[in-house]
Amino acid sequence: MKKTLFDLITGDTARIVRIHENAPACVRMRLLDMGLTKGAALRVERHAPLGDPVEIVLKGYRLAIRMSEARSIEVELIAEREFSPASS
Amino acid sequence: MSTDEIVIAGNPNAGKTSVYNRLTGASQQVSNYPGVTVEYKSGVMRHAGKRLTVVDLPGAYSLTAYTQEELVARNYIVDRKPALIVDVVDASNLERNLYLTTQILEMRAPTVIALNMMDAAERRGYQVDAARLSQLLGVPVIPTVASRGTGVNELRDACIAVIEGRLDAMPAPVRFGHAVDEEIAALTGQVGAYPSLVEMFAPSWLATKLIEKDPVVYGQARAIAPEDAASLKALADEAAHRIETHFDADAATIVAEHRYGIAAGVVKACVSFTAQARRDMTDQIDKIVCNRLLGPVILVGVVAMLFFWVFKLSDEWAWLPWPGGWQSPTGVVAWSFDVLSSFLSPLEAYAPMLHSLLDAGIIGGVGGVLNFVPLIFFMFLFVSALEDSGYIARVAFILDRPLRVFGLQGKSILAFIVAGGIGAGGCAVPGIMATRTMREDKDRLLTMLVTPFMNCGAKMPVYAMLIAAFFPGDRILVMMTLWALSWVTALCAAWVLRRTIVRGTQTPFVMELPPYHLPVLRGVLRHTWERTWMYIKKAGTIILAINIVLWALMYFPRPPDEVDDSDALAYSMAGRAGKTLEPVSAAAGFDWKTNIALIGGFAAKEVVVGALGTAYALEDQTDENYHSLSERLAAHPDWNPVRGFALMIFVMLYAPCFVTIAVIRRESGSWKWAAFATLYSTALAFVLAVITYQVGMVLLPYF
Repeated sequence: MKKTLFDLITGDTARIVRIHENAPACVRMRLLDMGLTKGAALRVERHAPLGDPVEIVLKGYRLAIRMSEARSIEVELIAEREFSPASS
Repeated sequence: MSTDEIVIAGNPNAGKTSVYNRLTGASQQVSNYPGVTVEYKSGVMRHAGKRLTVVDLPGAYSLTAYTQEELVARNYIVDRKPALIVDVVDASNLERNLYLTTQILEMRAPTVIALNMMDAAERRGYQVDAARLSQLLGVPVIPTVASRGTGVNELRDACIAVIEGRLDAMPAPVRFGHAVDEEIAALTGQVGAYPSLVEMFAPSWLATKLIEKDPVVYGQARAIAPEDAASLKALADEAAHRIETHFDADAATIVAEHRYGIAAGVVKACVSFTAQARRDMTDQIDKIVCNRLLGPVILVGVVAMLFFWVFKLSDEWAWLPWPGGWQSPTGVVAWSFDVLSSFLSPLEAYAPMLHSLLDAGIIGGVGGVLNFVPLIFFMFLFVSALEDSGYIARVAFILDRPLRVFGLQGKSILAFIVAGGIGAGGCAVPGIMATRTMREDKDRLLTMLVTPFMNCGAKMPVYAMLIAAFFPGDRILVMMTLWALSWVTALCAAWVLRRTIVRGTQTPFVMELPPYHLPVLRGVLRHTWERTWMYIKKAGTIILAINIVLWALMYFPRPPDEVDDSDALAYSMAGRAGKTLEPVSAAAGFDWKTNIALIGGFAAKEVVVGALGTAYALEDQTDENYHSLSERLAAHPDWNPVRGFALMIFVMLYAPCFVTIAVIRRESGSWKWAAFATLYSTALAFVLAVITYQVGMVLLPYF
């Protein structure tokens, strides 16, 4: 089972493997324009109060993406979230 | 080529507007909303004895053909061939900003880079080498902090120097890398064979766009030279195919990835980490503001505060020193019109008709509208400050999921807020313009269709008058009810429309969450003033004109002598129209005089109060005991709170004003949607007003 941005939890860092070809061209182009290129590293920052959208940090800025789009962003995990007593 | 035009391009949130405001300074006249009559905001820059036009292009992340804003920005550069592009780049977010920069440089037009937000970059612990950046990109780079005015003079000097030919600003050719460059170079050579195309496009840019399979550029080329474009397209498709086999991905993706490759390379060469970044404020704030539990609570708190402050500052607190005692801003406006009215009163004896026109038609109508300028001003002041701070993006983030239930999305919220969705008193026109940041056509259309339901400033005079007449003790409660009703109606209408007329799959939602920063007072005030001025201008032009026309329709024809004077209104043209509609409107409790006012309100809802006032004043000229329309209606035997409330509902929901309709037409691209918006909202308003009235009348005896 390939991992996507959808599967990551807050605090995970990952590298983008590819954007699924079955995503519509406008979605793929939009994600590319925002810097979600092959090999780019990202960190999952938080989810909105209802769990969707997800906020990620990449190339030094913050980006909100819906979970439905997150499903078409295939990633490989770099590091799972670090244990920190402050987070719940 | 236009020799004196500078365009400003850049990412949203890069400080483009600050740069624009600084360059044009105070010399810029506050013009229309970008888009109402002119498509772009433009001003004049005076520097070193030169006078240059500066155009602010819409913010864009890219110059592909996927959104309206990007297309507008791109086409402006292609069509107008400005003398200079000022590319505003956020130094604290360099890599993504450079992605747009590479696309601008590809267009092969003189470019100067304003390397903005240098202070933010330093705070984040890195230094950008502007000289090295300039060397790599082949264009002048001026470090700036536009919000404080740092570097703006140097930027102006550079602009003048480029225009006078003293400074070279022609970018170095963009190199994408192996396999792509060769194909672009080969196709560029082919383009050179078609002079009509070369005249319009930079050859290498046209070649790149054709390889990217950009449908818009192809269309533009075909419009100039159909056969040449077609044969080029065939060559471009072959080239794209070779690139695609080489990299095993589609050509547009490859080119885009290479652009980011260039950006990453430039960042590596120009950025050095100087210090450990200080703790990021934005992270700290977001931890609280976007928290699962606290976030929604804070959101409600912010809305409540806004409500509170806008009303207190504009109306309830008398905090302005004024002859005769302290006044609230609204009090000052009312005072001015009272003075004006008392000046006119001697006229009544000499020229009753002129006095009627001036007093009832103009002072009554326009004055009633201008009364709300303070409220609108403070509303926009707070909304602009929130927009500038970065909080609105968080609101969109938090509310995207719940709004999606209704077929809307997070970014819809900005349109609703600007149109009066929080507190009261916005304007649907800038609200609809705010949908331009939405890339998704269906979401955008849907947002446009329901935005006019919000309680804009034009509805405020109507509410205020009716509340004073029928719910004097429950002002806050009624306002809150109206506010809630506008949201419920907008959301339910969106839900139904999404499942019937605006069908379509849910579209992507990708949104930047910009770092927080303290709102820049200059920019906020400017933005607030632009939006407020639009309201004032409307009062002085459209509403004044409609008031005069309506007054005339209600005054003429004068009845023949045998008809009693008190029937004069019924005898007038407007009276007859109102009477014709009365059998239908009676279901919602509206008499023929209300109908007259509502017909006038189609043009602009501010008119309703003035027209109603004129109608009732003209009808019974016998007694002058009533100080205001509210008192008159409260004492009128035909009126009661239920009828007042039904009227408020109708006014809230029925047809958007003329200006809004025109903007819907322009932004949606067709009269069809503008007509639809008018018809469906009027039908909905009528049905809901009838239900309110009928149910209310049954319940009334029990209260």
